[in-house]
Amino acid sequence: MTAPLLEVTGLTTTFGTGGKRASAVRGLDFTLEPGKVLGIVGESGSGKSVAMMSMLQLLAPSAKVTGSAIYKGRDLITMGPRDIRKIRGKEIGCIFQDPLSAFNPVKTIGHQIVEAILLHDSKISKRAATEHATSLLADVAIPQPGERLGQYPHEFSGGMRQRAMIAMALANGPNLLIADEPTTALDVTVQAQILDLLRKLTEERGIATILITHDLGVVAGMADEIMVMYAGRVVERGSAEAIFYDTRHPYTRGLIAAMPKLDGPGEILRAIEGTPPSIWTRPPGCSFAPRCSFAIEACRTTEPGLRRVGETETACMRAEELDKGMPA
Amino acid sequence: MLKYILRRILTIPLLLLGVASVAFMLSQMTKGDPLAALVPERMMSDPAVVAAIKAQWGLDEPLPVRYVYYMGNLLRGDMGTSFTTRRPVSTDIAERLPATLELVVAAMIVGTVVGMGIGLVSARFRNTAIDGAGRGFALLGSSVPIFWSGLILLYIFSVRLKWTPGTGRLDARTQPPEGITGFYTIDAALAADWPVFVQALSHLLLPALVLGWSVTGIVARLVRSSLLESLGQDYIRTARAKGAPEHRVLLGHALPNALIPVLTVLGFTFAYLITGAVLTEAIFSWPGIGSYAVSSARSLDYPAIGGVTIVGATAFLLANLVTDLAYAWANPRIKLQ
Ligand SMILES: Nc1ncnc2c1ncn2[C@@H]1O[C@H](COP(=O)(O)OP(=O)(O)OP(=O)(O)O)[C@@H](O)[C@H]1O
Ligand code: SF4
Ligand SMILES: [Mg+2]
Repeated sequence: MTAPLLEVTGLTTTFGTGGKRASAVRGLDFTLEPGKVLGIVGESGSGKSVAMMSMLQLLAPSAKVTGSAIYKGRDLITMGPRDIRKIRGKEIGCIFQDPLSAFNPVKTIGHQIVEAILLHDSKISKRAATEHATSLLADVAIPQPGERLGQYPHEFSGGMRQRAMIAMALANGPNLLIADEPTTALDVTVQAQILDLLRKLTEERGIATILITHDLGVVAGMADEIMVMYAGRVVERGSAEAIFYDTRHPYTRGLIAAMPKLDGPGEILRAIEGTPPSIWTRPPGCSFAPRCSFAIEACRTTEPGLRRVGETETACMRAEELDKGMPA
Repeated sequence: MLKYILRRILTIPLLLLGVASVAFMLSQMTKGDPLAALVPERMMSDPAVVAAIKAQWGLDEPLPVRYVYYMGNLLRGDMGTSFTTRRPVSTDIAERLPATLELVVAAMIVGTVVGMGIGLVSARFRNTAIDGAGRGFALLGSSVPIFWSGLILLYIFSVRLKWTPGTGRLDARTQPPEGITGFYTIDAALAADWPVFVQALSHLLLPALVLGWSVTGIVARLVRSSLLESLGQDYIRTARAKGAPEHRVLLGHALPNALIPVLTVLGFTFAYLITGAVLTEAIFSWPGIGSYAVSSARSLDYPAIGGVTIVGATAFLLANLVTDLAYAWANPRIKLQ
């Protein structure tokens, strides 16, 4: 077993002012080895983005972060502003959901990629940085990269913009890439292309990746390990295979049932009924209980912890009973 | 682009004719009588004199005829003769416009520089004491009446401390510098007449500060709120995620976006002040367009009122054009055609 690239322990993030605080992320633990792909899956509001932004200290000052995120032996959470800046964009690259709003509308794509390069390399000339940016655009298969550099974000199509965003995230050869719903804002046909591109580039370069999505289908072919989050916690985790074929958690089952099937075009998606609780109104006991068709009395009082049952680690007190055969 | 600008410039005279027509009609509709300015009071009772003067100024013609005359003269570039100064309105304006422009330009420079500075610092240190002080200063600037701040500053700096000279553009006995711009500071500098330059600048200082303070208020509040809005956008998070330091995030990413709405307001503030600097001009005895507007309105001096209206409208139309161009320059998503 190689030394982990990133080791997160007890990551907890709370929002609010004074006495009124609520936690968006509650005690997140995971490790990521170099070159591996971790998928984080969960519905909107489950705390996926907040967890990632916490690690990079990108949240507003109203957020309080505790726990640790040890990257190459140093804790990102307690790092000073200068040090974390050297990590951001250099060691850890980020791709965001909506590439239109993620680019500055009044600067050219080239300007923004070149800036990313210059920020971490004070010795490189502007010309060399521009050449590097051109080759980055070529790497992400953007045609006529030289001309494209001089264009503004609104002159790119959605897919091209996300390619450019990937190019920018890879500009300084990061060891870790955080892709926060990189395909959610894109057309279905473009989604697959972007995922293929991401997989190809990170594999080639041995970049570890955290791939965030609310669609299990996105991580299916890509992730080595999958974490399912609900209401700020991990409710199930395991290898991609185990999650798909040996899941024990009713929520994961719901997500699998909600996956768009490529075969059977007319099939109606079975979304999980109800909505996740807000961080301010989380119920006691298992957070999923109000929506869970397996919930029993004990579920509403005691919050189950993660434990190994079968192939996965699950936070469900009825995990043993919920064997593969049982309907979701 | 050039075609666009040309087209816009060519429409300006047409719009001005419309504005002039409306101004003409409006001034005819008022109940007052311009004869008061034309006929010496003791001759008012002599119908012959009144009729002669009416005929001399064309006031005896019916309205449509006067309108046609007026517009015809305008088309030839003649704005008529002022009832009060008895000089061509264009001469009056040519003399007074540079004074106003010099004052307004100086005030805009003060207001923009100080306002942007305060807006930036306020946004950077939002909700701290620094922010509070900056916002307070800006709020005072846009809410304290100019006649009050003007008189107070004049009293403190000119009367008590004697740091600045009195009112007017120059000391009483100083000959205005010869020059093409009509800005005494620039004309004196171009002629390398440094004593006059210093004098003109010191006369300009207080009125420019007073007027500029009110501009500061507008600019600072707008820059602050616009910056805060920009700072909440996704591209700011991207910039930080790239490793950009905070000052770069603020100046390099938030500011260029935040300035887009500010440009529009700056353009209109400038145009507004051309005729709207009345109070400042009155307090500092500044011989500009604003005080000309007031005196011509008071005596129903139609030609002068028309002239001032045309100047004001031109200022707005030009400011509008420049603003649109600046807007397109600052915002690549806009295409002019
Ligand atoms: N600045 C904030 N102040 C208060 N609450 C916040 C703040 N940012 C996020 N939250 C809350 O934290 C919770 C988790 O949000 P987060 O953005 O991490 O969800 P997510 O899993 O990324 O969902 P999505 O799919 O919508 O991106 C949400 O309930 C959200 O309302
Ligand atoms: S603990 Fe209970 S409520 Fe929660 S997921 Fe399991 S069965 Fe459902
Ligand atoms: Mg998110």
